[in-house]
Amino acid sequence: MSVFKNVAAAAAVAGAFAATGVAHADETLEAVMEKGSIQCGVSQGLPGFSNPDDAGEWTGLDVDFCRAMAAAVFNDAEAVKFTPLSAKVRFTALTSGEIDVLSRNTTWTMSRDSDFGEFIGVNYYDGQGFMVPTSLGVASATELDGAAVCTNTGTTTELNVADYFRAQGMEYTVVAFEKADEVVAAYDAGRCDVYTTDRSGLAAQRTKLSAPDDHMVLPEIISKEPLGPLVRHGDAQWGDIARWTLACMINAEEAGIDSSNVAEMMESSDPNIQRILGADGDLGSKIGLENGFCANIITAVGNYAESYDRNVGPDTQLALERGLNALWSDGGVLYAPPMR
Amino acid sequence: MTESAVTTLPAARPSFWRDPAKRALVWQALVVLVLAAFVWMVVKNTATNMEQRGLASGFGFLETSAGFGIITTPFIDYAETSNYFQVFLVGLVNTIIVAVVGCVLALALGFVIGIARLSRNWLIQKIATFYIELFRNVPLLLQILFWYGAVLKPLPGPRSLHEAGDSVFFSVNNRGVIFAEPITQPGFNLVWYALLAAVILIFVLRAWARARQVRTGLQFPVFWTGLGLLIGLPLIAFFATGMPLEFKPAEMSRFALRGGVTIIPEFVALLFALVIYTAAFIAEIVRAGIQAVSHGQTEAASALGIKPNHRMRLVIVPQAMRVIVPPLTSQFLNLTKNSSLATAIAYPDLFAVFAGTTLNQTGQAVEIMAMTLAVYLTLSLLTSGFMNWYNSRIKLVER
Amino acid sequence: MNTFSTGSIVNAGDLPDKPAPIRTDGPIAWLRDNLFSSRTNTILTLVALAIVLYAVPPALNWLVVKANWSGGAEACRANPGAACWPFITARWEQFLYGFYPQAERWRVNIVLYVLLGGIFLLAFEKMPLRKWVGLLMLIPFPIVSYFMLYGGVFGLPVVETSRWGGFMLTLVIALSGIVASLPLGIVLALGRRSTMPIMRLVCTLFIEFWRGIPLVAVLFMASVMFPLFLPPDVTFDQLLRAVIGVALFASAYMAEVVRGGLQAIPKGQYEGAMALGLPYWKMMRLIVLPQALKIVIPGIVNTFIGLFKDTTLVLIIGLLDLLGIVQSSINDPNWSIQSVPYTGYVFVALVFWVCCYAMALYSRHIEEKLHTGHKR
Repeated sequence: MSVFKNVAAAAAVAGAFAATGVAHADETLEAVMEKGSIQCGVSQGLPGFSNPDDAGEWTGLDVDFCRAMAAAVFNDAEAVKFTPLSAKVRFTALTSGEIDVLSRNTTWTMSRDSDFGEFIGVNYYDGQGFMVPTSLGVASATELDGAAVCTNTGTTTELNVADYFRAQGMEYTVVAFEKADEVVAAYDAGRCDVYTTDRSGLAAQRTKLSAPDDHMVLPEIISKEPLGPLVRHGDAQWGDIARWTLACMINAEEAGIDSSNVAEMMESSDPNIQRILGADGDLGSKIGLENGFCANIITAVGNYAESYDRNVGPDTQLALERGLNALWSDGGVLYAPPMR
Repeated sequence: MTESAVTTLPAARPSFWRDPAKRALVWQALVVLVLAAFVWMVVKNTATNMEQRGLASGFGFLETSAGFGIITTPFIDYAETSNYFQVFLVGLVNTIIVAVVGCVLALALGFVIGIARLSRNWLIQKIATFYIELFRNVPLLLQILFWYGAVLKPLPGPRSLHEAGDSVFFSVNNRGVIFAEPITQPGFNLVWYALLAAVILIFVLRAWARARQVRTGLQFPVFWTGLGLLIGLPLIAFFATGMPLEFKPAEMSRFALRGGVTIIPEFVALLFALVIYTAAFIAEIVRAGIQAVSHGQTEAASALGIKPNHRMRLVIVPQAMRVIVPPLTSQFLNLTKNSSLATAIAYPDLFAVFAGTTLNQTGQAVEIMAMTLAVYLTLSLLTSGFMNWYNSRIKLVER
Repeated sequence: MNTFSTGSIVNAGDLPDKPAPIRTDGPIAWLRDNLFSSRTNTILTLVALAIVLYAVPPALNWLVVKANWSGGAEACRANPGAACWPFITARWEQFLYGFYPQAERWRVNIVLYVLLGGIFLLAFEKMPLRKWVGLLMLIPFPIVSYFMLYGGVFGLPVVETSRWGGFMLTLVIALSGIVASLPLGIVLALGRRSTMPIMRLVCTLFIEFWRGIPLVAVLFMASVMFPLFLPPDVTFDQLLRAVIGVALFASAYMAEVVRGGLQAIPKGQYEGAMALGLPYWKMMRLIVLPQALKIVIPGIVNTFIGLFKDTTLVLIIGLLDLLGIVQSSINDPNWSIQSVPYTGYVFVALVFWVCCYAMALYSRHIEEKLHTGHKR
């Protein structure tokens, strides 16, 4: 049996459930309602995306998404529990039912989308890059023939780097660690010539090096890394809730709604804003939530821009420009389907 | 009831519940039932859950190509295009290598430390005690992390040792221990034959020496002669055939050495940690074993005029072995299982590349964990089997 | 008749007389007897001395002499070549309690004090009512502690187990693991020595299975695969699952320890009990187990030491025990100084070492007390 057959079988099962979806449609929502909280899988500590602060509160872009879902379902952004997961175990945790949603800087790929769960959108557009010590004297990734590469195991990064070197006809040795800290420590100790991960990750981990200024990020971006949350297959309603939670945050930014002005915006005469905030229409009840779910999200967590600036934006340690993650109207690729 | 009726009754048979044999049957039937129900429930739940969540099942995934690189793949031809079954083999081989080498070294070091622990030299004894108490009482995971840092930090990078284009026959740097790859030329087989002949000769020699000692009391230095044979015969064959071995040096590229044989630092660090940790336990076992030999044996040996080092080797240790071997087995098993902590420092053992990376990519947790557990169980079964065989060989033969 | 020449086991002739010792007491004699008694010994001593001189001063320098004892991260950043103890002092509360809410930490303290008090009382053999203290610590204490820590009764607010962490979590896992594994281990050991073939087979298979697989695999399955094996709407707390995994794993080891004790009880004891007409469980409870368990106390303590060290592996499944919380604190950008990770690890190693060594000493003490045989 080949992988294609497996995928086909999985897809067939998923299809069968889509057909009989009515019976199971509200299972996760019901279970979550009963538990009183959402179980959300996050990383074991990636600054800016999901990281516990001094007081043990989880913060980050991915964490904000989980809180937004809690706000949408319970009107309480605190009704969420976090399960820190390594890259290796994250999908098993989702498919086994251990967590309700996986929001852990996970790259959306076709095989993952069919094997493990349903990606509901992209909350960060990334690409894989390389970091090298300046003393190596390398200006481009194409000069890396024969280099030793440190990376994370269980990631698309590990596969991309294999593909890249093979495509370029270059040799390499890969040293794959389980945790990001271990990768950084080994790279810092000179175990590898190159450190590769998503460029946002490079920015975040660079601060941990003993001499951050002695290292540079190479210009090449060798892959597309659309990072997004995912939910289990077979529960269309729960998938919709997750999808429109994210869409709400992005649409709110587009419409100029943020946590400070959400109350006034409720009175707005703009029909688009009225629909987003649930002042008009019954969009929320179509996915099993109250109509004002999006207003709840914005009040409790804020829109996408607020979350971005708070966690990874230029004023944070990571100092990442919006770049690709700007709204489509501002030259980025962030483009949420309209809420109507 | 008349008295005669009582006397004619057959021996009172216990009622059903009072009969231990029947009660045992009932209990066992109950256990079997409960177990069967439990297993059936787990299997059914797993099947339903997997179906409901659209998880793939079956072992077809083993034929899919893996697509990721592995840092060291001894004895197995592995490339990114290899399939997951080859990943499994690579992990298996790596686990076995570190377990076997680890057990041998831990045994040797453990014996030395254990005997040093009983040394009459005050300083040696204190150092051995310190060693045991320090390494036995600190979690292994910490020790692995420590040794990885300790191995990696002081070593220079390959670029500070070699110029690009250099041919290097031997180098120790933070990419590992790298030496030239020996390539056998035609005729080298003779060396293997010589080695085989040496081994056979040693067995013959040992039998002869023993028979002679029984007959005449004369001793023959079997160990040194054997060692001489083991090294000498192949060496003679090697030179006689005109040294049919070529060394292909590693070549310095812009970043690191290419080619050659590499022993990666992750392996060295893991081995250090496992050996040092396990040796502390083995040392205590050896100490306890030696102390378990009655003091009268030492005195009797001394009274017979047996020299101190012979006393240890011929009188004390053989008796101590009987106490040492059973707990030693557990230590070997522990070492094998503990090698799964390799994940922490990127050594590609079975748990890291198969139960880790492969599981993550295919998502087939049930199949992969079943295979992984089967491997560990088989390894421990083999170890226990071997040690039990050895134990029965050295067991005290009683009348 | 001097056939026994070189290489023989026994000295053939008389050994030459040794000269009279210069002095038989005082430091010089001590040195000669203990360090320089023969040529080999002298060489060994010198080598050992070299090792000590090579290793100890730099270690002491790093740990104590040159270490940063006060000041904040700035002081450490200025002197990265030695230990950074302010990192520990700044964070020690987190290392102890994890993310347990500040206002509720008195609850952890009470449990800790009771635990320490109980251990203290148990350590004295002459304590009156020692047996009762032991029983109290073994059964009601864990239950009360659970309610103290988790809350939800007597108006105590609930503290989710996901907020438990640090050394407290290490203790919770290790102690509940050992308390749960002891009875299970006894049952398994009895089962393995049972006369019923199926019972024996089941227990043997169970023990060998858990002894044969790595704890990381057990924890992995307990943490992420467990829901697969359960009916869809049954869920367990993640910590509870980890504890179950640890307890099952430890029970197999415990069973082997107890089995050793059972085997050491002379057959006459069994036969005597049976002759008195005691049924199986009474025989075990009143005659065999009290004797057997007493001999295996050192073994039980050693199993506990192993379990205690193994709790560090739960960080692999995302529970923040002492090692886990130190690792996540190291990530704090404010403390991104080279010496901080080493300081953190040394601190963890020290804590574990102190606990384990204390237990090992206790176990050895019991062993020596029980060892009433022919010792010299």
